[in-house]
Amino acid sequence: MCGRFVMDKVKTLSAVACPLDLDNIDTDQLIAARFMSRPRAAGYGGYLLHDRRFDADGAPLGFVLDDPAYAGARILVTGRNFGVGSSRESAVYALWDYGIRCVVAPGFADIFAANAVKNGLLTAQVDEAVAAALRGLLQAAPGTRMTVDLETRSIICGDVKTGFSIDPVRRMQLLNGWDDLDMTLQHAVTITAFRDRHRAAQPWAFVD
Amino acid sequence: MSGQTLFDKLWDAHVIVTREDGESLIWVDRHFLQEGSHHAFRAMAARDRGVAEPGLSFAIADHYVPTTGRPRIADPVKAGMVTGLAENSARHGIAVIGMEHPDQGIVHVVGPELGLTLPGLVIVCGDSHTSTHGAFGCFALGIGASEVAHVLMSQTIWQKKPANMRISVEGRLGAHVSAKDLALHLLGVIGVAGARGHVLEFAGEGVRALSMEGRMTLCNMASEMGARAGMVAPDDVTFDWVRGRRHAPEAAALAAAVADWRGLASDPDAVFDRELRIDGAAVAPTVTWGISPEDVLPIGGVVPGPDGLEAGRAAHVAAALEYMGLAAGQALAHVAIDGVFIGSCTNARIEDLRAAAAVLRGRRSLVPGLVSPGSSRVKRMAEAEGLDRVFIDAGLVFGDAGCSMCVGMNGDVGRAGERFASTTNRNFRGRQGVGVRTHLMSPAMVAAAAVTGRLTDVRALCDG
Repeated sequence: MCGRFVMDKVKTLSAVACPLDLDNIDTDQLIAARFMSRPRAAGYGGYLLHDRRFDADGAPLGFVLDDPAYAGARILVTGRNFGVGSSRESAVYALWDYGIRCVVAPGFADIFAANAVKNGLLTAQVDEAVAAALRGLLQAAPGTRMTVDLETRSIICGDVKTGFSIDPVRRMQLLNGWDDLDMTLQHAVTITAFRDRHRAAQPWAFVD
Repeated sequence: MSGQTLFDKLWDAHVIVTREDGESLIWVDRHFLQEGSHHAFRAMAARDRGVAEPGLSFAIADHYVPTTGRPRIADPVKAGMVTGLAENSARHGIAVIGMEHPDQGIVHVVGPELGLTLPGLVIVCGDSHTSTHGAFGCFALGIGASEVAHVLMSQTIWQKKPANMRISVEGRLGAHVSAKDLALHLLGVIGVAGARGHVLEFAGEGVRALSMEGRMTLCNMASEMGARAGMVAPDDVTFDWVRGRRHAPEAAALAAAVADWRGLASDPDAVFDRELRIDGAAVAPTVTWGISPEDVLPIGGVVPGPDGLEAGRAAHVAAALEYMGLAAGQALAHVAIDGVFIGSCTNARIEDLRAAAAVLRGRRSLVPGLVSPGSSRVKRMAEAEGLDRVFIDAGLVFGDAGCSMCVGMNGDVGRAGERFASTTNRNFRGRQGVGVRTHLMSPAMVAAAAVTGRLTDVRALCDG
């Protein structure tokens, strides 16, 4: 559920991949602001890229994600700067609830990538040319499955075999499952000692 | 050994522990909450834990509050977001500045106004424009809901130390050219991923000459530049602004604090991972033409086309032209608008309203529009100066404080196909309403566009 601190372990993923041949897919597109007051319990998957997929009356616009050839896609291959803009973690919820478990792109916004790992969503960074080649392959042969292996940091899709990069700490978090708060609470004594030192050194940093 | 940057000093002062893998646990001095925090409170409830330091978190209603018709909120869902923040916060002993509180406003405007934002602090908020507070020499970063919950439960956050980048603005900005123009200009130079993984320090004469309001505008849009945070070293301009604020230290305590804050500036021999120098005097009034904040041009420019660009950029430009209803080669100054918005954490402080009013005084807006002050305090100041009359006499609505049409969560949105000149920070598809076209620019430039009904060089209206 939302803000899960214990992540599912991720090792390999093999699934249909959908090409999104767009740069700068911002989090406002991933989930429009007007949906963000809804409770997570009902699922955010229906809101993913809503205004690219549906017109004002809810009729499909023929967006690539809704092409039956990519039905069941759990991997997206996109352009540059995926997840730029707002810090809304709901963008990750929308991807996750839709069924997406991995986004392959030439680059991710910092806050988006941080939010992704907290929810078990893998962000696999590849060179621009590799991303373009993968998208081209998926467009030419819709429904092609892609295998993403986090242990070996490799992607296999059709005749393309390539590596990907991910922050090594985030990789370990995804591989092992991780609980940030449990990790933090192990340092409880150190935190308290820091707080006392900090208060003595910079009393204005505290509000009375 | 080389000296330290401003950011290095703040980082070192806040590291509690560093793990073998390089991640550090950082102490958080201030945590601001807004209505979007409901996911984080729910996550905390799921852990059956409480708030570690309720006295260091502050809840401020800004995203869902109406700009007209208060205190009524017609939509029960939006009303529930506002009351939900108050209830969640009060339950955990967190101070609440709700819709009807005299201090209410946009969190990034209110924090500094109350003196909660002070030099040298680490500040977080579940909002990407938390970078605004960096104008005071803070390490201020936007975080997601999971991290908000973690901060609530521990007053700390795990971070890998970002790299240092400095942008030096040599020379002052010209007349009628503001911090917003500088921010947009920089976006054109470095792009929306230009500062990814870095903390940006803005330095140089052109930045030192900016007021605190201008510095906040600049650091606000460090978010658009992809930076983890933006910062300006605190100086006398900062200390003068902070002095006398409700939560600022006083007398001897202030003297001690200022002595400490003076030491925060980057050492002369500090080494930055990346450096960029630009000429402030060469920055023109700048506007966006496309659907990314990096799609900028000086107001005298013409709309670009996809020809000759590499494939990815060409596709972006073509998509932007289609969404924006523009044609390659069109002069920006000929683009007619349907409405204006003056507001947001980027450009709704008193100086911004003064700049817009200076252009609008004695003139009429040819298009409808909304002015939403950044805070209730800014609103009262504007009224005391008679700025409200200037806006109203020009034909604009002078509303209450909130995020309003920057993000549209409160229902302030345009209609599909409408084109807005806006002082906000994002011109994304649908940001101001489904199908709405946004051109970002300074408050003075929005006022100029209102007067002529098209994108306009404010210098032509105000000089000669």
